[in-house]
Amino acid sequence: MSIAVKVMGVLVSFVARLVTGAQGHWKGCPPEALQRIYFANHQSHLDWVLIWAALPDDLRVRTRPIAARDYWTANKFKHWLTREVFNAVYVSRQRTDDQDPLEPLAEALQHGDSLVIFPEGTRSNKGEPMPFKSGLYHLAEQFPGVQLVPVWIDNVQRVMPKGEVVPVPILCTATFGAPMQLQPGEDKREFLERAREAVVALRPLIT
Amino acid sequence: MNALRSLGVEQQVALLFLILFGLLSLASIAVFVPTLRAQHSEQADPHLRQLRDLRALWIGTVVFWLSWMSGPVGATLLFGVFSFLALREFITLAHTRRSDHRSLILAFFIVLPLQYVLVGLRSFDLFSVFIPVYVFLAIPVLSALAGDPERFLERNAKIQWGITVCVFGLSHAPALLLLEFPNYAGRGAFLLFFLVIVAASAQIVQELASRWLRRRPVARHIDRSFSYRAWLAGALVAALVGALLVWITPFRIWQAMLMGLVAGACGTLGEFVMKALKKDAGVRYWGNQSSVTGAVGLLDRVAPLCFAAPVFFHSVRWYSSLAP
Repeated sequence: MSIAVKVMGVLVSFVARLVTGAQGHWKGCPPEALQRIYFANHQSHLDWVLIWAALPDDLRVRTRPIAARDYWTANKFKHWLTREVFNAVYVSRQRTDDQDPLEPLAEALQHGDSLVIFPEGTRSNKGEPMPFKSGLYHLAEQFPGVQLVPVWIDNVQRVMPKGEVVPVPILCTATFGAPMQLQPGEDKREFLERAREAVVALRPLIT
Repeated sequence: MNALRSLGVEQQVALLFLILFGLLSLASIAVFVPTLRAQHSEQADPHLRQLRDLRALWIGTVVFWLSWMSGPVGATLLFGVFSFLALREFITLAHTRRSDHRSLILAFFIVLPLQYVLVGLRSFDLFSVFIPVYVFLAIPVLSALAGDPERFLERNAKIQWGITVCVFGLSHAPALLLLEFPNYAGRGAFLLFFLVIVAASAQIVQELASRWLRRRPVARHIDRSFSYRAWLAGALVAALVGALLVWITPFRIWQAMLMGLVAGACGTLGEFVMKALKKDAGVRYWGNQSSVTGAVGLLDRVAPLCFAAPVFFHSVRWYSSLAP
């Protein structure tokens, strides 16, 4: 790892902590170096950075985000940041018939890395998370040994609402819940609804 | 006493810190040694709390020492960071809306730095009116420009209040360090020390008195322990402590007592008000380790200083303009 990458990593996590506090509350499981898929609600571009900053250092290096290839490789800086600092897994948004869109994710999991995914697929700002896309189900089916950890990210939408560029310092939390597994014979829709409920259940009562 | 007076200002201040750190070390040893023996968890619990309190005291003292060592620039920066963290916590609890975004940017990134620059430059006249006059008018203007009429007054009041307490109030602490007093040059640290000790003893005595007197609480929905007698006891002890510390201040003995009384009374009321605020925001526990919002309880700890410092600062300034 070059010095510039290290400096950038320290800088990003410092700014994230300064602005949001980036507190991780490990309610359902301890922060262990197990292979996991963290799945969370998605309200802001900062969601990934918050989870990343809330993870302990040794977990951080093995935990990778998913980045849209067309957007995050558009210029040199974005490409460098996502490739070198965050070690992102790139996926294409355009579907081609001959390629499975989940293939890069499966490859990363075979490699032993953990992933952070936002199964809603896009940012929601209505409060309630939208229905989950089926990717999580397929990954759970293919990799039964990987822990699925639900995460609720709170307050991030207040830091940087859509359309604003300067973030406002407000404390945010990432609450990590108990790991779940795909039950034998569980239907796709049932499982996705159960996963979504696991994320919503972590929401603090006082909002 | 005479030997003390013959020392230079620098040496006197160094002695002050030496005594402080010495007392803290003794207290730490006194608390720490029994924890080595106590094995049962229920026995260790109060010790753990004492250790946490002691750690807070250590941090406070080190911060105080650093702010003295680093001179005007360092002191201003240090308290600026504290202001930032306190305001961040306040705004988190205040549940602002989307349309407050620009006002909040103004508060965090323009008002806060400017206020501390004014302190650092010792332009105390502008420093005293910058937030109460100019910012007071600028925030609603910016808020109206955002075009959201819903709960307009309430939203603005929240932001104004946060700025006044967390920025304006707290910035008076470094201002005390930098205040140039006639015949008292370079002894600002003593004034801040006086304020902190007086406010702290008022708080401790009030806490003890409310447990001991068991009076009916004045406002049971806000604080089950706050009563007028306990509050008065705290303020009176603060006055007494002020009189005992008269030798480090430029005051006469009755003035030191009065200053102690005022600062102690303000500090405990500040904490009381902060409890009301937290109850309103839905935080049930006082000084909780990790609340739902992630607020860590810095606000509770600086609240007495936020309330006592401005009153104390302006009393001192008012007095110094009268003094020959």
